[in-house]
Amino acid sequence: MTTLSTDKLSGPIVDTTVDETIERPPLVLGETDFMDVTDSVCAMIENKAPIGWWLALLVSVSLFGLLQVLILFLVLTGVGVWGNNIPVAWGFPIVNFVFWVGIGHAGTLISAILYLFRQKWRTAINRFAEAMTIFAVICALIWPGIHIGRPWLPYWMFPYPNQMGMWPQFRSPLLWDVFAVGTYFTVSLLFWYMGMIPDIATLRDRSKSKIRQIAYGVFSLGWRGSNRHWHRYERAYLLLAALATPLVLSVHSVVSFDFAVSQVPGWHSTIFPPYFVAGAVFGGFAMVILLAIPCRKWFKIEHIITARHMENMAKIMLSTGLIVSLAYATEFFVAWYSMNRYEQFTFENYYTGPYAWAFGMLMFCNVIFPQLLWFKKLRNNMTILFLASVSVTIGMWFERFWIIIMSLTRDFVPSSWGSYWPSWVDIGMFAGSFGLFFTLFLLFVRFLPSVNMAEVRAVMPQAHGEGDPWIASEVHDRAKAMEREAHS
Amino acid sequence: MSEDHRAIQDPQTHLDAAEGATSWGVLAEFDDVETLLSAAEQVRDAGFRRWEAYSPFPVHGLDAAMGHQYTKLPWIVLACGLTGMLSGILLTWYTNATSFEGIPYALRGYLFHISGKPFWSFPAFIPPIFELTILFSAFGAFFGMLAMNRLPMFYHPVLKNLRFRRATQDKFFIGIEAADPAFDSSKTVDLLRSAGATAIEELEP
Repeated sequence: MTTLSTDKLSGPIVDTTVDETIERPPLVLGETDFMDVTDSVCAMIENKAPIGWWLALLVSVSLFGLLQVLILFLVLTGVGVWGNNIPVAWGFPIVNFVFWVGIGHAGTLISAILYLFRQKWRTAINRFAEAMTIFAVICALIWPGIHIGRPWLPYWMFPYPNQMGMWPQFRSPLLWDVFAVGTYFTVSLLFWYMGMIPDIATLRDRSKSKIRQIAYGVFSLGWRGSNRHWHRYERAYLLLAALATPLVLSVHSVVSFDFAVSQVPGWHSTIFPPYFVAGAVFGGFAMVILLAIPCRKWFKIEHIITARHMENMAKIMLSTGLIVSLAYATEFFVAWYSMNRYEQFTFENYYTGPYAWAFGMLMFCNVIFPQLLWFKKLRNNMTILFLASVSVTIGMWFERFWIIIMSLTRDFVPSSWGSYWPSWVDIGMFAGSFGLFFTLFLLFVRFLPSVNMAEVRAVMPQAHGEGDPWIASEVHDRAKAMEREAHS
Repeated sequence: MSEDHRAIQDPQTHLDAAEGATSWGVLAEFDDVETLLSAAEQVRDAGFRRWEAYSPFPVHGLDAAMGHQYTKLPWIVLACGLTGMLSGILLTWYTNATSFEGIPYALRGYLFHISGKPFWSFPAFIPPIFELTILFSAFGAFFGMLAMNRLPMFYHPVLKNLRFRRATQDKFFIGIEAADPAFDSSKTVDLLRSAGATAIEELEP
């Protein structure tokens, strides 16, 4: 391992684009070399699981079982077991669909958009944020699947020649959804798996048992770290990031079209696409933080997912939260300014009607509570950050409840007004979807590399030859940190 | 092909025969990036063609040090993306904007009357067309990368070497094939040793 000396630093620092005024801590803390990184990430898989993992798995698997039983009950009995009615035909299943699909967006933002912006701090968190995307989209896909009324016919949504002589109706936003979410899931899966190939090869080369050797061997596809391979791999990764970026923005835009293209007051609004995307990133970052806080503690990787990472995520959560708050304010302003009495009534109904409590909950969780993160002390406090993330997750769920339930119960004509209350099956299934999500996630952290080891190695100072402009800022940060240590 | 003929075409066959023809090549281990980069330059300048560097992460500057060409992968992705776009346009047009006579019922397009909108309503078809463009491009990037890298490949001489297991963890390697015209077992080993290799091993095929 090369050690860092001051004479080595004189070369790279000539880069004038480096921000000299702000001193940032290094991305990987401690006297770490490549093997330390490999060891601490692989230890999550190779060591015995902490007791907390087993307890969490027990709870998650039980909830997942509940989901399966309730889906069976639904299929055997019919959609009457839900609280759905006319006018609220969408109810909990679509609230949950939008909620889960939104959560996935933060994973793609971290893995693709931050990659294009060369945000090197993303390397420690991108892998499990991507995993979170995959699992959240799986949870999301359940809902439209069982909500179609006859859940054994979902293949009718796909374009294939059939005896009915029918094809999908491509002008419908609901069909756009099939293509958008389907593509999103496929591309996210490819991106996630491709990023994992070198790390699975690391696990293959470290495994002691025959079963692990074969399993990791098959999934690593015979990766051997050849430079020609790395070259094409990096190009492919960059291209996938560039493709995933417009894709992720399109997915929640298309989801928002399900609402915005209709005529319902409270839905028929041109602000929906950007507002939904910002909300998705907001809620998604809350979930990443929610997962990162216990993981880095249980598996002792706090020197890889550092306080700097957590703080950056808190900042993104705060800023997207402000965008979302601005969107709420804009919606109310436009409703007032439009002089459209249906629109005005609907918005008045939000805070005076029967679901005013849900609206209050939303405002507190999404707009007020996250403001604590303005303060450096508070956002660096893991308990406060955890609570803020829980609050945002609840708030984002209520946002979808607000949009769907509150708008549908108050239509144009009072004779078609209605009310909605979920049944125990609705609530059980929603809890069950969390069970599925956490079951998949817990299995992931024990069997697959949760941190992108190859990328973390590449952002360490010793990974770069002298004069490589890429590393200039990082070497600089590290030297500053060492200076600070020497002075104190 | 006779033995003599091969020996003339391929001078190293002769060498291998002297050693028992069991060697696939040599593998040299390096401790850090800078030694690897300078060693790669030396190997490149010595005129080797069939050799490769292995590292636990992509090393910046190694492509230049090895004299590699830029990959053609982006062109494959572009072609796939255009195919996806064209498929999307054809799919939406054929299924929603046509209904040709004389085609079997199940394969014929279906004309939906939706609130008086034209059958060929291109703006409304853009989302599926866009998604198919992205989907095909992503397949192109992923499977194109694997195909150009000839993966999956579950057998390779370097993977049999125990020392090489650290190539995916923390060490750097250069492997030179005996099939390279410039290969000469003792001279090549000397070159790698003077370039800073910490260990050099011979690989079985």
